[in-house]
Amino acid sequence: MSQTDFSVRVASVTPVAETIKRFRFERVDGEALPIFSGGAHIVVSMKDGSVTRRNAYSLMSDPADPSGYEISVAKAEESRGGSVFMHEKVKVGDVLTISAPVNLFSPDWRGRKHILIAGGIGITPFMSMMAQFDKAGVAFELHYAVRERARGAYLEDLVARYGSARVKTYVSEEGTRIPLEDILTRQPLGTHLYVCGPDRLIAGVLDAGRDAGWPDYNLHAEHFLTPPPGKPFSVELTRSGKTVAVGEHESILEALEAAGVDAPYLCRGGACGQCETGVAACEGILLHNDLFLSDDEKASGKKIMICVSRFEGQRVALEL
Amino acid sequence: MAIVFRQETFRDDFTYRNSPENIRRFPFPFPDDNYMYSVNMEPHVKGAAGTVFENLIDVDEHYISEMADRALVLKADPLRYQALPHMMQAQWDTLELLMEQQAAGYPEHFTLEKNGDRWRWINRPLGIDDTFTFGDLTTLPMEPLEYISRQTQGDITIVDQRDNNLWMDAGMVTTQADWSLDFDVGMNFMEWHGPVPLAHQQGVFERALKFLLNMQLGKPIRRYNWTMTINPRLDTSPENYPKWGKDRTTVTPENVGDKVHLRVEVQTLWRLPRSNALLFVIRCYLMNMSELVTVPKWANRFHRVLGSLPTELVDYKGITRYRDVTVEWLSKYDDGAPTSAGTFPD
Ligand code: FES
Repeated sequence: MSQTDFSVRVASVTPVAETIKRFRFERVDGEALPIFSGGAHIVVSMKDGSVTRRNAYSLMSDPADPSGYEISVAKAEESRGGSVFMHEKVKVGDVLTISAPVNLFSPDWRGRKHILIAGGIGITPFMSMMAQFDKAGVAFELHYAVRERARGAYLEDLVARYGSARVKTYVSEEGTRIPLEDILTRQPLGTHLYVCGPDRLIAGVLDAGRDAGWPDYNLHAEHFLTPPPGKPFSVELTRSGKTVAVGEHESILEALEAAGVDAPYLCRGGACGQCETGVAACEGILLHNDLFLSDDEKASGKKIMICVSRFEGQRVALEL
Repeated sequence: MAIVFRQETFRDDFTYRNSPENIRRFPFPFPDDNYMYSVNMEPHVKGAAGTVFENLIDVDEHYISEMADRALVLKADPLRYQALPHMMQAQWDTLELLMEQQAAGYPEHFTLEKNGDRWRWINRPLGIDDTFTFGDLTTLPMEPLEYISRQTQGDITIVDQRDNNLWMDAGMVTTQADWSLDFDVGMNFMEWHGPVPLAHQQGVFERALKFLLNMQLGKPIRRYNWTMTINPRLDTSPENYPKWGKDRTTVTPENVGDKVHLRVEVQTLWRLPRSNALLFVIRCYLMNMSELVTVPKWANRFHRVLGSLPTELVDYKGITRYRDVTVEWLSKYDDGAPTSAGTFPD
């Protein structure tokens, strides 16, 4: 356990909507957790029998409250285990390990106003952000869309807390949709926009923003990349001399951890660059799934982000 | 143990000196008899007692005099403190961190009492006892960063993180070796690191940037930098060049021991909690050659390092005029014996 990991007890588990549960963690030793910044996430490590699962979740509690951290977990339809484990196995009183907060989706504090666009469970990073904006007296507007009301988490809570002028909700089953064009064209200069949710929503919002003439650096997105499954393969490690098998529903990073090989990571979702690994040999193709490497770097075949990317072919060796 | 603070000057009559105990805790930066440039980063964790890493924010016998010198610099040039408006949250983060670390390290000199957002800060060496509301600007006599950096040794800059880059958007810079906050404020990482020879081609700075962008809360790091200064002058900024530039022509074989100083910067880097910005505390340590050679290992090693320094680095560090005379002076103290591993005195 590194000095930035914390041993926490599950203080409460609250069902908030169909397939969504909220978990509250408090430190086992009773000490305060670090204060954090809106948009930050933690990595939760879960011991599931002999397997250790690690998932990243956005923090949704008030960043200024060090007494506990809260996350919301949606049970994914084709879950790779982490969210199902959280839903079915984790109970009040259980002890888990969490990392210190890391923020890869920090607001731009120069913004005069912040437009937040959330789809489904993508609401969570905005909950900590709004608490911080509200306290700092910074202008914001949330546009929150869900598919059906029964699956929408915190719809009423948020309206009640911040008022219907700042929080707009949309339910696609009921035929209400985010009026993107209208939102994008009526903002004062210096407004920043943030989007989090399904890939389609993110791509749509970013495209619409650019079309409406927004500069790239005023548009921010957090993708929830989960490691995609694929054909099993094995990797050779040039430094440790080991060969590690990577299963169909496992990332290289997870397979390495299971084999007792330590590799660095922060986001486990292909965004931060921390797990970048040199490729020593490759007879086959690297399946790059990350958002970090440039197209040139991907094409060079010299680097791979082991938290999300895979391999197909005869033989691959990594500098680990 | 309470620190005995010295009364001394960093200008005019230059009465700055190190006590024998303070010499031994000097952060001598050379691990080897040969010099090689590297971005030397290591975790900033507590080190042994009697070193500058005994506490994470180091306070030493020069504290009161350094703060007095800073006040003089600010009086003459208020622009040595600057903060862009969006950095207010990061300013409060910084105030908290520096108060907490100084109070934890030196309880006999500093006390921080927190009662919710109502805080009381006692700084005994400077005779300050203030109660204020954390987060409420109107309850402090000046902005939080200026307030706390008038009470902390070392230059302090806060770097905002956005668009996958770092931006120098706030700082208090009065003890800097030849760079200027007024010139760098608002610049990004690559811009403010522009003129370093050799290293840039090696891609060292791209890697350093990626490393910094991913720095984690609770895992500060540190690195060293060094140069040399004539006379124990803290403020060798470009703005002040007319005052110190000509010092470099005054070195003679007779006055090397007193005039020529090794200047070491220990930079500590911290991720800030509320703002997600990075805090750089750039602490400057000065030691003259007569003090340096009281540690035989350092006398041997520094003579060899300075003698083997590549010409482009000699020029880059601005020590061309007096390097040779200093090496010559140091040679009298190099007994030719091999030096032990590590940087600490034997
Ligand atoms: S851990 Fe962040 S990119 Fe792989």
